[in-house]
Amino acid sequence: MSILVGAETRVLVQGLGRVGQFYTDLMVEYGTQIVAGTRPGKGGTDYHGIPIYDTAQAAAADVAFNTSVVFVPAAAAAEAILEGAEAGARLIVAITEGVPALDMVRTKAALRARFPGTRLIGPNCPGIISPGACKIGIMPGYIHQPGPVGIISRSGTLTYEGVHQCSVLGIGQSTCIGIGGDPVVGMSFTDLLPLYRDDPQTKAVLMIGEIGGSAEEEAAAYIRREFDKPVVAFIAGRNAPPGKRMGHAGAIIAGGKGTAAEKIAALRDAGVAISNSPAELGSTVAGVLG
Amino acid sequence: MKIHEFQAKELFRTYNIPVPRGKTAGSKEEAQAAARELGGDLFAVKAQVHAGGRGKGGGVRLAHSSEEVGEAAAAILSAPLVTPQTTPGGITVHTLLIEEGCPFERQFYVGIVLDRAAEQPAMMVSAEGGVEIEEVARERPEAIRRAHFDAAVGLSAEAARDLAHALELSGNQAAEAAAVMQALAQIFVERDCSLIEINPLVVTRAGRVLALDAKCNFDDNALFRHGEQAALRDRSEEDAREAEASDYGFSYVSLEGDIGCMVNGAGLAMATNDIITLAGGAPANFLDVGGAADPERVTAAFKLLLGDERVKTVLVNIFGGIVRCDVIAQGILQALETLDLKVPLVVRLEGTNVTEGRRMLRESQVAIIEADGFHDAADKAVAAAKGGAA
Repeated sequence: MSILVGAETRVLVQGLGRVGQFYTDLMVEYGTQIVAGTRPGKGGTDYHGIPIYDTAQAAAADVAFNTSVVFVPAAAAAEAILEGAEAGARLIVAITEGVPALDMVRTKAALRARFPGTRLIGPNCPGIISPGACKIGIMPGYIHQPGPVGIISRSGTLTYEGVHQCSVLGIGQSTCIGIGGDPVVGMSFTDLLPLYRDDPQTKAVLMIGEIGGSAEEEAAAYIRREFDKPVVAFIAGRNAPPGKRMGHAGAIIAGGKGTAAEKIAALRDAGVAISNSPAELGSTVAGVLG
Repeated sequence: MKIHEFQAKELFRTYNIPVPRGKTAGSKEEAQAAARELGGDLFAVKAQVHAGGRGKGGGVRLAHSSEEVGEAAAAILSAPLVTPQTTPGGITVHTLLIEEGCPFERQFYVGIVLDRAAEQPAMMVSAEGGVEIEEVARERPEAIRRAHFDAAVGLSAEAARDLAHALELSGNQAAEAAAVMQALAQIFVERDCSLIEINPLVVTRAGRVLALDAKCNFDDNALFRHGEQAALRDRSEEDAREAEASDYGFSYVSLEGDIGCMVNGAGLAMATNDIITLAGGAPANFLDVGGAADPERVTAAFKLLLGDERVKTVLVNIFGGIVRCDVIAQGILQALETLDLKVPLVVRLEGTNVTEGRRMLRESQVAIIEADGFHDAADKAVAAAKGGAA
């Protein structure tokens, strides 16, 4: 078992342009079932045997898929998410970076109203992988191995760091998810933790958070209330200056809120094992697994 | 992206939000001329800088004649302005806003932020205007009234009226304040703001509602569809290296330490700064060269770091995911062919093709301190920086 994606997942690639093609090759190589792609004006052609359509709707009329991955450029990405939902994707993974925050506000409101059953991961994220079964996104597949740890992270390469440190210690992963570094993203820590709770393969969760917003505090409240598997957390940006955007649009200490210290205190209070150093992600996970 | 008060007020005017009459000036003479043109016997002379807390640093002064305006202007322009939000050295003021003075009877705070948890814009108003809203939020949160609104619709007339009444305004003044709030919400949505504030919004002695101050930040991610806003950028307000980095498309933040960092990915870059601090050192910067760092970007990043005279050591921390470590190693070696490396260089490579990448660095003629792991990289960089300083 894993969560959200597995060997049976059938994926539509929205935005099968140059970047989309590069990562599609790597997803196919990993074994992901990529069943169709969209690229405006290229409908009727194919990419390495993957049929291409002008729109997600046209793809849906021809091919069955339950998931989509969005590589569409930032200006049109929010629109593409809705298009994917409309075409029947139940899970949408938006990789695109640089989407305007208010576009996501409007898109999420539309998803809630019109497609309440559709789940969104991202944007501005590396994607989701259930090692050995399905990889949707841009992460390097080979650092992962199947196993008991669920990983949720707001960051890309720091997630790879966490995965790598676990794998080196022989600790595999159930499903790893980058939820994205923007102020408004799809599924949050609190949306994902219940799925890990119900997943028999997952024995522990590694949460990689960062400064800005209150997603980690909300996760802490949820964990305290109803999450009984061990959780390890690392919060990046302890030494970040207030008012500065640390790369991610969402990683900013605004009005004195969203500091690492507050997040760490809330998580520690909820019984979460804190990894103080980013070099101790794997060893702290090993500690809670016993 | 931040803009100046006078730019925000110009924007406000186009949305019919009342603001005081004013003119910008870059010298004592221009300030005096502006005052003469405005006329009257009360003026505000306001430093146009992006940092907040101007009043506390003497960047906002009142004057009663064009001579006094000239004196105030000369005083503000002659020395760096230090506010709670600047570095201790302060910032140079290039532009002043000279405005007609507006005696007022009441002052309020009105602002809009994106409430991330609610995933909606939130308008906040408080009868305690003129002070820092963060302070009010901390000490008397009940003094702030909030109203979320739908980004697709804007702030409704009813909601705006309720907020005006919460400020204990009535009649015409309530209607004027409500109109300001609705216009502010419209700007926030139409112009893709990340923050917009009037602090204070005042009721003048003449009984009119007026935006005495204006602050407006735009969402960087949305600038592509607002060319006219992007043109308002004032590079002289930005840290020189931050401005240069943004030309390369890097995320760069200047910090106070002496270890120059080059990392791929924002989270890993933040974590690198954290681990340097844990190891007893201090990063000179946050630098994310992007998840897909290539040789060109690595070269550009080196130029940026080596051009910073505070940097005593450079630490490169790359997790090669899709981008391969051998390509990164090649980028590092290429960059160093053209650049003069005068400080120790610590490199930590991990991920795809790491063995090949490390071999390339080892076999090169360049003096590179190779680090094995995240911890080791921080320890070596901190030791090198301390050695270099001694």
